[in-house]
Amino acid sequence: MNPVTDLIKSLADQHGRSRHNLLPILQGVVEQEKYLSEYSMIEIARELDLPASEVYGTATFYSFLEYKKMGRYIIRICKTITCSMKGKNQVLLAIQDMLKIGVGETTPDGTFSLLQTNCLGFCHKAPAMLVNNEVFTDLTPEKVREILRMYMNKKKEGGSYDN
Amino acid sequence: MINITINNKVIQVEEGTTIFEAAKQHGVLIPHFCYMENVHQIGSCRICVVEVEGGKTLMASCVTEVKEGMIVHTNSERVRDVRKVIYELMLSDHPKECLSCWRNQNCELQDLGNLIQISEFRYEGAKSKDIIDTSSPSIVRDSSKCILCRRCVTVCNDIQGVGLMNPHHRGFSTFIGPSEDELLGESVCTNCVQCVLVCPVGALKEKDSTAIVWEALYDKTKTIVVQTAPAVRAALGEVFGYEPGMLVTGKMASALHELGFNYVFDTNFAADLTIMEEGSEFLGRVKNAITAPGKNDVLPMITSCSPGWIKFIEHRYPDQLSNLSSCKSPHMMLGALTKTYFAEKMNIDPANIYVVSVMPCTAKKFEITRPEMFNNGLADVDAVITTRELGRMIKDAGIDFRNLPDGEFDSPLGLSSGAADIFGTTGGVMEAALRTVYELVTGRELPANNLHITPLEGLDRIKTAELKIENPLPEFSFLAEVTVKVAVTSGLLGAAELLNEIKKGTSPYHFIEIMGCPGGCISGGGQPRPVNDAIRTKRLEAIYREDEGKLLRKSHENQDIMMLYHDFLGVPLGHKSHELLHTVYTRRSKN
Repeated sequence: MNPVTDLIKSLADQHGRSRHNLLPILQGVVEQEKYLSEYSMIEIARELDLPASEVYGTATFYSFLEYKKMGRYIIRICKTITCSMKGKNQVLLAIQDMLKIGVGETTPDGTFSLLQTNCLGFCHKAPAMLVNNEVFTDLTPEKVREILRMYMNKKKEGGSYDN
Repeated sequence: MINITINNKVIQVEEGTTIFEAAKQHGVLIPHFCYMENVHQIGSCRICVVEVEGGKTLMASCVTEVKEGMIVHTNSERVRDVRKVIYELMLSDHPKECLSCWRNQNCELQDLGNLIQISEFRYEGAKSKDIIDTSSPSIVRDSSKCILCRRCVTVCNDIQGVGLMNPHHRGFSTFIGPSEDELLGESVCTNCVQCVLVCPVGALKEKDSTAIVWEALYDKTKTIVVQTAPAVRAALGEVFGYEPGMLVTGKMASALHELGFNYVFDTNFAADLTIMEEGSEFLGRVKNAITAPGKNDVLPMITSCSPGWIKFIEHRYPDQLSNLSSCKSPHMMLGALTKTYFAEKMNIDPANIYVVSVMPCTAKKFEITRPEMFNNGLADVDAVITTRELGRMIKDAGIDFRNLPDGEFDSPLGLSSGAADIFGTTGGVMEAALRTVYELVTGRELPANNLHITPLEGLDRIKTAELKIENPLPEFSFLAEVTVKVAVTSGLLGAAELLNEIKKGTSPYHFIEIMGCPGGCISGGGQPRPVNDAIRTKRLEAIYREDEGKLLRKSHENQDIMMLYHDFLGVPLGHKSHELLHTVYTRRSKN
């Protein structure tokens, strides 16, 4: 059986199978899988006895529930005004230059995905970004290159999925 | 009671009333758009905003409840300015192709424009949606015209329980439908098309079949046969300005002759035939259940006239398919008979017969494409048009409908009983079946008020009745003292309730009638707009009037049906019946 199916079953056992348990289950799958595949969404619909269309509608509503295949590390750089004024564009260029991907893309080896996000609440330490669940602030092009190198090494060493 | 002031008038209303309702009760109709009374009140369009003194922002009156001492202005400068801007912003993401839109002159967005009156398009900007989905045999979805009112979401989820139409994504990227890459034609859509009935604009429409019907009418090598369902005659008048509930049976028959159809048959004839077949099937199942359990005894038996309901059970309750009657829906039976019995009788090659069904229903457009509905390579029915489409064709042909004389249906598939008329409304099939079954079993007329089983009538979601069989005829002695329990529902949410009972093994019923649309065929997806409970009730009363106006009110007394069995079919459930009038069902996936 597909491992996602087991994951969904255990999440449903843990959270419950009614409509209002949908969000924690979606979040649980994203935490493990980084995104919600069509297969996952249909499995969740089956498990909770909900229309698949409703699961899809919920998943696409929330920014942090990805529904396209994502890399192991999802970089979300803040696109709002304070970060922009404090040099986010240079940071973004540095990331794109180093990883050779644009916003919304994933590196061919499946290590990084690059996304933009709305305000992370770190305006006082702008510019800010998230890598999976970890926050990085006061970014500069040099600093962001260092951070990415750290994640690349982590991957080479066979580091864990999470931060 | 609560005291509030609306437009400087002090009024008293009950607690829990919304501002919109309070204003309406006292003669102020606040301009509104997405609101549908008791069905859809979620404040999604914001057109009905009002100013409440002390409130920071304007409030949507359809969702804001009154509070003691509230002072409301529905027409202040601020309200009218904002209402206009909301309307203009709606238009900014809506194509302005009214002349080529099927809803031209019949569009709620245009109606609103008549109220608000703008002189220029101030906001021209990006358009958010461009999906056009023509994959379904019943519905065309043009998302570019969608204004996100979510009425279709409400009917698909809360009334029909199908849950296919849902909002996806957020903000400017929002679209309504099945998920991103899913096509309606490949989805769990039941084709009930209640969504098309409530769509205020042209975003959802029935798949138009008038073009192929015109083409067939112009083809002189073909014999064109048309049949009309019972519910059509109770609603077609509305297209021509009659009040809801006007019966136009005679004018409709004349109009169909005028349009050039060679034979105008009545689906009601096949409704009588359905009663003979379905009634016999029911008695057979009950007999087996009592005397020889194990084979062909699945109870409750459920009616199978509504193709939207059939697709619903195939997707959602595939394990319960054996509860369905194997009868085809009446118009399919009539189509099959037209290309066999009638063709033989008139000596016409069935390949040269073209059968058109005029239906209140769009799921019938899907039904005729089912592989089971073909016989010797020929479709039982070639095209289905809805009541609305027939209305358009009559207007297009320049027929003065209101001044037509009353015409008649043609023989031999035109005579029908009152029992067939009531097929068009919820509870009707059950009542018609019981009229015949009770009399076949006991030899006596159904002991009911003028043949009406009152508890099965009306718009309640689930209706039930019991009938005790006393002193049956000798061949039905196994039924002596048996209390037959029946249930009736319309709308798929009620169907799901009854099916869950069957699944759990707690269903007490012997016989269940299910119609896919709330109220039955009278408010099917192909009927004229608008549809609400007041209009449903008027159409329903018209159907019962048609029944009561006939001398012949029981299916088994229809002489043409008797002749059909004598000359052609043999006996109910006989070999020919199984070949032509019965069908099988398909298990389908749930998502």
